[in-house]
Amino acid sequence: MQLVKDRFNYLFGSTKGLILVAIAMIGIVTAVWGMLSGPMAEMGVREVVIKLLGMKIVQAEREGRIVILYHSIAMAIIAIETYMITSLLKMKPFFKIAINAIITVGYILTMIFGMGFAYFGHNWAFHGIYIFGLSLIFFAGVLLIIALWPWNPEYYVTDKEYAHTNKGADLERVAFFATAVTTVISALFGAVPGSYFGNGFETFLAENIIRLPEKTTMEYSIIGHLHIMLALICVMITLIIGRWLNFKGILHKVAMPLMILGTIVLNLGVWGVVTPLEPVAHMVIYVGATPSMFAALLLLIWSWSKLIREGTAHIQKPSFGQKIGALLRDPLKFGPTWQMLFMNFTTSGIGIFMAIKLDEVFRVWPAREERIELTGHWHVLSAIVATIILLYFGDMNGFRGKLRQWYGWSIIILSDIAFGAVTVFEMKRLFVPEAEQQPLVNGLMYAIDFGLGMLMVILAALLVYRLIDLFKNKGRWIEELDHELAREVDK
Amino acid sequence: MKRLFLDFSLLVALLASCAPVDLNAAIPTFETGVDSNAWAQIPAGEFYFGQHEDIETTEAYEIMITDVTAAQYADFLNAALADNYVKTDGGQIVGFYPGDKFHAVKHEEEIKAGDWIYIPLNDSSQKIKFDGTTFTVQKGFKNHPMTMVSWFGAQGYCEYFNSRLPTEMEWEKAGRGTDERPFPWGAEIMRENANFYSSRDPFEDMSTFGSRTSPVGFYNGQKYGDFQTEDSASPYGLYDMAGNVWQWTGDVYEGMHYRFMRGGSKDTYDMDLRLWVRNNATPTYFSPGVGFRCVRDK
Repeated sequence: MQLVKDRFNYLFGSTKGLILVAIAMIGIVTAVWGMLSGPMAEMGVREVVIKLLGMKIVQAEREGRIVILYHSIAMAIIAIETYMITSLLKMKPFFKIAINAIITVGYILTMIFGMGFAYFGHNWAFHGIYIFGLSLIFFAGVLLIIALWPWNPEYYVTDKEYAHTNKGADLERVAFFATAVTTVISALFGAVPGSYFGNGFETFLAENIIRLPEKTTMEYSIIGHLHIMLALICVMITLIIGRWLNFKGILHKVAMPLMILGTIVLNLGVWGVVTPLEPVAHMVIYVGATPSMFAALLLLIWSWSKLIREGTAHIQKPSFGQKIGALLRDPLKFGPTWQMLFMNFTTSGIGIFMAIKLDEVFRVWPAREERIELTGHWHVLSAIVATIILLYFGDMNGFRGKLRQWYGWSIIILSDIAFGAVTVFEMKRLFVPEAEQQPLVNGLMYAIDFGLGMLMVILAALLVYRLIDLFKNKGRWIEELDHELAREVDK
Repeated sequence: MKRLFLDFSLLVALLASCAPVDLNAAIPTFETGVDSNAWAQIPAGEFYFGQHEDIETTEAYEIMITDVTAAQYADFLNAALADNYVKTDGGQIVGFYPGDKFHAVKHEEEIKAGDWIYIPLNDSSQKIKFDGTTFTVQKGFKNHPMTMVSWFGAQGYCEYFNSRLPTEMEWEKAGRGTDERPFPWGAEIMRENANFYSSRDPFEDMSTFGSRTSPVGFYNGQKYGDFQTEDSASPYGLYDMAGNVWQWTGDVYEGMHYRFMRGGSKDTYDMDLRLWVRNNATPTYFSPGVGFRCVRDK
């Protein structure tokens, strides 16, 4: 019994254990539900999975199922980010324990009972527990806001290398705080219309109504919600990576005010979508996104400079090649910011390109093609966040030497092959006529399937390794019981 | 050695992606026995409309049993050219459209009165051929749905024959009947029901040219060679109301120039074949996966 109790304490009582459980949960959902669409459906795997697991799939309910699937995965991601925050930032132990406990119960209930309701018949008790799970996550968010309160002198910076106010308030903590506050408020923009539509069973996917010139306030609220929540997950992971890498110095002092400003303005813009200010809301969103993305760029410049500086410290006058070598020597430290840069080619760059070419693209292409671009780019953005988490998790696992290199570079290269191919797939109408696209589609599908498939294999290997480790009396899990991420921050 | 093999495999996959597509590859020919000149009677009354099953009502009308075929469209063009109803304009056939009221809504484009494209002539996907005097159909495609036709070309065809494009409601009622089914034939979809993406019908080859259209009324329960179909008619006896080609509908909505299509196509997954799924495009859009059928008032 003690055996089980110890493992339980590790998995649900330690930061790394909690992150491992959430990654495993996401991995299982992604692996199983990934077989219900795309090439797997074409090959007939979908039908086998449905029969094998006893799923009850009703055609009319597809949109509702997908909404619950997205939320199930997203809540686990939010839980992972929360574990990282509570382990990286100073806060009272009570808050840390309470937040982690509540959000863990919340996302597990959300995932199990949400998916149970959506895919395995409609047990309305399950739906109630799903909503209860979401509510717990919301409550954990409120607690996180309280815990992060940055104007407590206890949390003022002592090292002047970090961005701070005249009185000493930590501006990085303010950025975390602002992101947490706006996340909780933005959750309401989904919760309110969710209740409204859910009550009448009229779920819809935003990408299917994007071209309608007149949308209701509730529809605007849903569209705003899904955009801002993903954006805030991205902002939060950027702040987390910055903390892990110990972002500081002059660029930190420029970046943090920009991040705070960007996050607040971005949110005001998105919230404005549901108000009479809707016509100018998009301009406000652009204004808010710019400083946020610039702050991320400053993190990238700082971290790459640091990697090069540290990697060439032993060389008096390093050549360009030596600098590149130093930059690339640690894929787990280089990878997260590289993925942020790569995101510009697969997500924001595509959005800007499409906006410029509006007359040639979206006003000409059929709506279903626009849908491919829309769903493609936010799937890629979500997956980029996942790869960043996996890179950080590799470091948490203490990977060293060749294992670190293979693990890190595999994640970066395989995901970028897949995401690059998805991006070309979204834009294929620009390169080939519709009737002649099949060979290109086939080639891209091979690249996407290969990249994502191998990524899943790596994730599976990681999880099997951690599972085996749990059976050991003196496994790594013992060491990780009291590991706090704050102690593993770069020097 | 392993790395060389991997590199070689990637190179082969890359080169295969750039392979040219033979748009004139031989196509199997089948007679379906379904009369493309037949019309179905749709009674007045209520029906379930849309995914959320709102109860709506239509008047009685008639609708074509099948999509307009390429042969029917070629016959129309020959007659319409002789009547000066259409004319050639560069590499395309154009016809007059009286224009839509413009509301200057964001993203709306003005559709003015004037000549608008019906079909392109020089596009390699076009199955209608024009020798300067007569329109003919590429061999093997006579009983396939007319594709590569703009909304104007579809609307012009129906109008020429004193009919019109169906409204979205009329289209959906004709496909769905009066119950809540998601597909014209019932609750579930199989490969034997319709021509959709990777449905393994005799007309597709996903390794080369991909999906192609099937003859109208193909999914009528007959066996074609080794391929057994299910009778997939709608409750009112319409064929191809799911899959094969998207079908233009006639509604012109205030504040948008886009025209809506229904039914999914050979190029879409089964989820887009659900009867309430909508697609839309600018009215000048044409595609190998878009066709139409007409309705007329009783």
